[in-house]
Amino acid sequence: MSAKILEKQQLSENVYKMVLEGAKIAQKRKAGQFVVLRIHEEGERIPLTIADADPVKGTVTIIFQVVGKSTGHLADLNVGDVLLDLVGPLGKPTHIEKVGVVACIGGGVGIAPVYPITQALKNAGNHIVSIIGARNRDLIIMEDEMKAVSDEFIVATDDGSYGYKGFVSQALEDKYLLPGKKIDMVVAIGPVPMMRAVTDTTRKYNVPTVVSLNSIMVDATGMCGACRVSVGGKTQFVCVDGPEFDGHQVNFKELIDRQRIYLNEEKECYDHYCSCRLGKGGI
Amino acid sequence: MEMKDRLKIPRQPMPEQDPKVRARNFDEVPLGYTPETAKTEALRCITCKNPSCVDGCPVQVDIPGFISRVMEGDFIGAARHIKQTNALPAVCGRVCPQEVQCEERCVRGKKAEPVAIGRLERFVADFERATGDVAIPEAPPSTGKKVAIVGSGPSGLTVAGDLVQLGHDVTIFEALHKPGGVLVYGIPEFRLPKAIVAAEVDYLQKLGVKISTSFVVGKTSTVDELFEEGYDAVYLGTGAGLPTFMNIPGENLNGVYSANEYLTRSNLMKAYKFPEYDTPIVKGRNVAVVGGGNVAMDSVRTAMRLGADHVYLIYRRSRAEMPARIEEIHHAEEEGIELHLLTNPTRYIGNDKGWVVGVECLKMELGEPDESGRRRPVPMKGSEFVIDVDTVVVAIGAGANPLVQSTTPGLNTNKWNYIVADEETGQTSREGVFAGGDIVTGAATVILAMGAGRKAAQAMHRYLMSKK
Ligand SMILES: Cc1cc2nc3c(=O)[nH]c(=O)nc-3n(C[C@H](O)[C@H](O)[C@H](O)COP(=O)(O)OP(=O)(O)OC[C@H]3O[C@@H](n4cnc5c(N)ncnc54)[C@H](O)[C@@H]3O)c2cc1C
Ligand SMILES: Cc1cc2nc3c(=O)[nH]c(=O)nc-3n(C[C@H](O)[C@H](O)[C@H](O)COP(=O)(O)OP(=O)(O)OC[C@H]3O[C@@H](n4cnc5c(N)ncnc54)[C@H](O)[C@@H]3O)c2cc1C
Ligand code: SF4
Ligand code: FES
Repeated sequence: MSAKILEKQQLSENVYKMVLEGAKIAQKRKAGQFVVLRIHEEGERIPLTIADADPVKGTVTIIFQVVGKSTGHLADLNVGDVLLDLVGPLGKPTHIEKVGVVACIGGGVGIAPVYPITQALKNAGNHIVSIIGARNRDLIIMEDEMKAVSDEFIVATDDGSYGYKGFVSQALEDKYLLPGKKIDMVVAIGPVPMMRAVTDTTRKYNVPTVVSLNSIMVDATGMCGACRVSVGGKTQFVCVDGPEFDGHQVNFKELIDRQRIYLNEEKECYDHYCSCRLGKGGI
Repeated sequence: MEMKDRLKIPRQPMPEQDPKVRARNFDEVPLGYTPETAKTEALRCITCKNPSCVDGCPVQVDIPGFISRVMEGDFIGAARHIKQTNALPAVCGRVCPQEVQCEERCVRGKKAEPVAIGRLERFVADFERATGDVAIPEAPPSTGKKVAIVGSGPSGLTVAGDLVQLGHDVTIFEALHKPGGVLVYGIPEFRLPKAIVAAEVDYLQKLGVKISTSFVVGKTSTVDELFEEGYDAVYLGTGAGLPTFMNIPGENLNGVYSANEYLTRSNLMKAYKFPEYDTPIVKGRNVAVVGGGNVAMDSVRTAMRLGADHVYLIYRRSRAEMPARIEEIHHAEEEGIELHLLTNPTRYIGNDKGWVVGVECLKMELGEPDESGRRRPVPMKGSEFVIDVDTVVVAIGAGANPLVQSTTPGLNTNKWNYIVADEETGQTSREGVFAGGDIVTGAATVILAMGAGRKAAQAMHRYLMSKK
């Protein structure tokens, strides 16, 4: 199904929010699920988490960071433009139950996918400790939204330009785990090195930790195996078995390697796009 | 022409692209008959009264009936004649294993060579398409019944075509963004041009079939929700699209692909046209493909066309046991594929960046026959050796994708998670739910998937008309 872009907003230097038409997906989606979209006939299929949805209006919200050709192209589109394909909701929904105190950790653009999960965990009666972080103040997104669904709230920046100075994993350890404050579960979403750092930290304290993996995907229906990761020594398909897994079981080294398979091609593709874009008189 | 002269005509070859040239392009390999060669070939058929070729055809196409029209030069009539029993002759003419079906049974094959039934089928279908003279039958009166078809592979397309012509309101739901199933994501352009599949799909749409792509049944809506939305019957034609790995060390290294991923990137996503198309694919210099079926053949030939220096086919049994079509093995060898028969991978070796650099193999020998009747390969002790590779494609079979089964309560499956359905009707354990094709039989052939679709369409029609 094609989908029209209904709203567009720039959240930070490289992060955009878009509201898309998608009635069916909006009705069905649950926290933790994602969509796959394809911009045009020559485009690739890219997965993006459903950051929010409005079943009444029939809309789906995505928040994405420009990291290459497809996300760059997406950011160049405007309200009224139509994406050729939008499919979802894909992946298993987050398992939502009342466990007590849950730390919801989002790093960079990972704040976007952690938001709907935080919201659902809050609605299930959990006490929410949110820790969101980025390299600097300008890159912090969705602060108000996250605050609204949290009982306790921390912002961390690597350079200390805002809030706690340091990584989100350090904030978690410093403020909660080390002082022995009760945390029953952690949900951490962000760049792979961040999720790895959080799981390394929580492992020391035996706190169950859920991470959401962003492996490279093609079909995202379990048909190709592109997205496979090793969890507890077993191969799992992120698109159908995940995207969430027990962070203490994930082979992060393999995931990082696999995310780099197309590094050269991705650069070639983005350069190709940028030069075409310049050729057309820029944007 | 006298019969005795007709019997002297040799089987007409079909021109092909030169192996050296075609091994580096994605254009179709066989170039097709001309009207003249088609007529000449047709004259070789003796129009048997009890044609054994028809028994060899899983959907019983009236072969002498269409071939006699070719003899008369009525190519369009021939195409329409086939279409009464086989909706996709341009596809089947290209991908059916005629050598073990109709052509194997052809009486001419006893003393000389069988009639080239597949090539003729292909020719008439292409002729009809090229003239644009594709008849759209008049729409039948509406029955007011709504049918949902899950999956747009050959079996789903067949059911859709049959039911729409019986007056039902038919919608196909397809998970991917393009309809066609394996015909678009699996089988490469050089064997089945995608324009042909698109034309067939277009024809169905002209008949009134609606196609909803990017719709994953089990996710976007479940089967039960389709019923709630007003569909009166559902056909499950979801195929055997779950990749199988061998579970040997190193399978998750960079550069190791499932055949499904490799072929999907290349065919559906057009990675061979990167960077014109955005989806990348690893263009290996030294590529190993593991397996011996059509999927493995398509993978080796794709690797060659992507520019490899060496493409190795690693198969654990001998040539005689290879399930691939003989024609495809032959084509692959002509294109320079190197065979490692009686060889089985034991592990993949990686470098410090996580990329595959070698495949360690064991030599095998054939032992006693196994359940499949083929002699079982047994490893030879101490025969390990390593082939240097930068890309591996694992093409050892496919299984059932569980998405629909796991979201449809009461739908019975067998121990491999294939859907249990009646062979004659496609009826499953759920009322109003029918199934056929690879999701019932396991990975099989296009024509069997179509045959199952045809039978199910008849049964679904009876079911719909008896339902109040
Ligand atoms: C389940 C899931 C949910 C995601 N949710 C979000 C989200 O909410 N917001 C967001 O900004 N990003 C999200 N991502 C990541 C996003 O899909 C990639 O950033 C995007 O595909 C990059 O495409 P590109 O062409 O712009 O960049 P490229 O130049 O192609 O690649 C840049 C990086 O993105 C990764 N990538 C490339 N292609 C894919 C692909 N097809 N699938 C996954 N990763 C890929 C690669 O590891 C690469 O290092 C998610 C990924 C997954 C798997
Ligand atoms: C590479 C390759 C080469 C082959 N070569 C030959 C050949 O030369 N000759 C031959 O006769 N056979 C060949 N085959 C086998 C043949 O293609 C299959 O037997 C045939 O396509 C099966 O048809 P089908 O309709 O059952 O399923 P498929 O063609 O597999 O189609 C199933 C469709 O259902 C869709 N689907 C699955 N799940 C869902 C869902 N939950 N919701 C919505 N849609 C869904 C899939 O995306 C797919 O499009 C080959 C197979 C492969 C993979
Ligand atoms: S068996 Fe051979 S000769 Fe006889 S009708 Fe069939 S194709 Fe013609
Ligand atoms: S993306 Fe193809 S199986 Fe997960």
